[in-house]
Amino acid sequence: MFRRERSIPLRGSAAALCNNLSVLQLPVRNLTHFGVVHGPSAQLLSFAPEGLPLAQRQLHAKEGAGVSPPLITQVHWCVLPFRVLLVLTSHRGIQMFESDGSIMVYWHALDSGDASPVQAVFARGIAASGHFICVGTWSGRVLVFDIPAKGPNIVLSEELAGHQTPITDIATEPTQGQDCVADMVTADDSGLLCVWRSGPEFKLLTRIPGFGVPCPSVQLWQGTVAAGYGNGQVRLYEASTGTLHVQINAHARAICALDLAPEVGKVEHCHGECVPDTQVCGARFCDPSGSSFAVTGYDLAEILRFSSM
Amino acid sequence: MSVRTLPLLFLNLGGEMLYILDQRLRAQNVPGDKARKVLNDIVSTMFNRKFMEELFKPQELYSKKALRTVYDRLAHASIIRLNQASMDKLYDLMTVAFKYQVLMCPRPKDVLLVTFNHLDAIKGLIRDSPAILNQVDETFQQLTEVYGGLSAGEFQLIRQTLLIFFQDLHIRVSIFLKDRVQNSNGRFVLPVSGPVPWGTEVPGLIRMFNSKGEEVKTVEFKHGGNYVAAPKEGSFELYGDRVLKLGTNMYSVNRPVETHMSGASKNLASQTQESIAPNPLAKEELNFLARLLGGMETKKPSDPEARFRLNLFATEEEEEQAALTRPEELSYEVINIQATQVCAGDYTSQIPLPTCNNLELRRPPLLLSNQHVTIVPVLTNRTSRGVKSWLGSWGSLRSRTRRGRAPARGTICLP
Repeated sequence: MFRRERSIPLRGSAAALCNNLSVLQLPVRNLTHFGVVHGPSAQLLSFAPEGLPLAQRQLHAKEGAGVSPPLITQVHWCVLPFRVLLVLTSHRGIQMFESDGSIMVYWHALDSGDASPVQAVFARGIAASGHFICVGTWSGRVLVFDIPAKGPNIVLSEELAGHQTPITDIATEPTQGQDCVADMVTADDSGLLCVWRSGPEFKLLTRIPGFGVPCPSVQLWQGTVAAGYGNGQVRLYEASTGTLHVQINAHARAICALDLAPEVGKVEHCHGECVPDTQVCGARFCDPSGSSFAVTGYDLAEILRFSSM
Repeated sequence: MSVRTLPLLFLNLGGEMLYILDQRLRAQNVPGDKARKVLNDIVSTMFNRKFMEELFKPQELYSKKALRTVYDRLAHASIIRLNQASMDKLYDLMTVAFKYQVLMCPRPKDVLLVTFNHLDAIKGLIRDSPAILNQVDETFQQLTEVYGGLSAGEFQLIRQTLLIFFQDLHIRVSIFLKDRVQNSNGRFVLPVSGPVPWGTEVPGLIRMFNSKGEEVKTVEFKHGGNYVAAPKEGSFELYGDRVLKLGTNMYSVNRPVETHMSGASKNLASQTQESIAPNPLAKEELNFLARLLGGMETKKPSDPEARFRLNLFATEEEEEQAALTRPEELSYEVINIQATQVCAGDYTSQIPLPTCNNLELRRPPLLLSNQHVTIVPVLTNRTSRGVKSWLGSWGSLRSRTRRGRAPARGTICLP
């Protein structure tokens, strides 16, 4: 059972995007970082459990040609072996910052070359895999960036083809060291899931077809893909074969965010929570054991927190 | 975000506007023939083919302030006159209603059904005008062509674009408060019961499969809500049962509609957003407005006496009071554009501004809406430095000389 904890106030309300909450835990300093997209800006704040929010920072998408300030699609911390980077995706491109958002270390402008005039151009879907950061785009291509241990010498090393529709989310988990273990899954607007093995060259292992609804949120854990769909279903597949293991009629509306606590292993409905009059747009566990989680909602200028009793 | 959002936004807001105007016309006991003329004029302007062409071009959404200007012009395409307070209230009601409808759509694609509900009702309002009915049906066809084949993912993006447009709008509407659709803090009530969206199953079931794909176990769990299966899908045909009630006329019953200003916005970030958002006078927004309004063919009333004032409030005193007490952060800063048909090139328009020393643009009474004119400010001996900075954002108009520039042949000079 979970109970509600004190909310964390935000300077700006959360935008109605999917996966609109990123959490970075720093257990050494007993701090938790939260990242929420407001619209043209993203808000970062640090929080210590017993005190008030310690630091707040607003990041804006890098300007470019266009009528209005570009909108941010996602903000996400990427934990790499030797550093942590904050990645921000928008309708202009991809920005990478130091983990506190203080310095931008890399900018990649999106190439809208072969987009038709009716197509929206944006980057969306961010995950770290080893020393790579993978970012999805509107075309279905996934960009793989090679990140050095320090410094701004980031290089676009590969572009993965596998999807034809805009990427919605990417999930990764550390490789177990064996050769054919899947460690990345990408999802798109058509509901298609692609399972990859990372490396100097990424290899496509399996494709799990969609069924007419988008898959806005996906997670990968110990060879199992957990995917949330636009029709409210959560499905669990075996990553290497694509076999469906579990299908849950979980929600009455489209799923916007899905998170797994890596230290827990079973599928069991433990808790249902209803946040009154709020359309949830982000949800993350705040610690690996799953004993606490946080939630954001559209138009809501606070982060709701829950912890187990 | 999605570049296909504007037609849906415009048509749905326009539909709400017509519902409200229709209700006010009845409340003010306006004679039937006059009321019909008002609605006919607005609908025919709204669904004008050239205007629709501009609307349906793929483009980003502009600010709420820019869009309000379009509705201001649309309302005044008829014989009614609305004071700023009434126009503000009208726009508030329109935007809150549509925000509610978008938020409550069970599936993102249902926003198209909401649009069709508005169109169906509009056709009911102008029943006796076959020519205008035809215009509306043509727009229906266009909507089906553009949106009929879009995927769920594309509708999801459209929905997100609309919700970002309406973010942080919490104006309370008394009709919503009375119906328990809105809370006293301005947030909409989200029910956790009722039919699930078409294509979604009622929550509460876990099914497990073996490696051969056979179902081996099912477990039920208690979901917090109280949902039932969807009865049927709404129709996307020209005629049909939409099933969804969102977008139908909630003002049919004669009820007064008050809005409560939500008070000072606590969101610093949303205020920052407004200040870094393009200034309403930014070139791009004005070009957009000129394009859109240029496509609006407005007819002059044959008899100026036919015009009358419509009040969105119960009394004139209330209207005055509303104008005085509207919170600063909710003011729309009306842009008065009297754009006529303009030449190609940078669109120009007259904008009443505080006087710049001796140069004050005023449209000569001769200019009528169907004349083809280029409005070129002519610098005379009386100009001063102030003029240049005023014209700063209109590159093609910036005069590099202090002396007058001869206007092109055939253009009308302004004093």
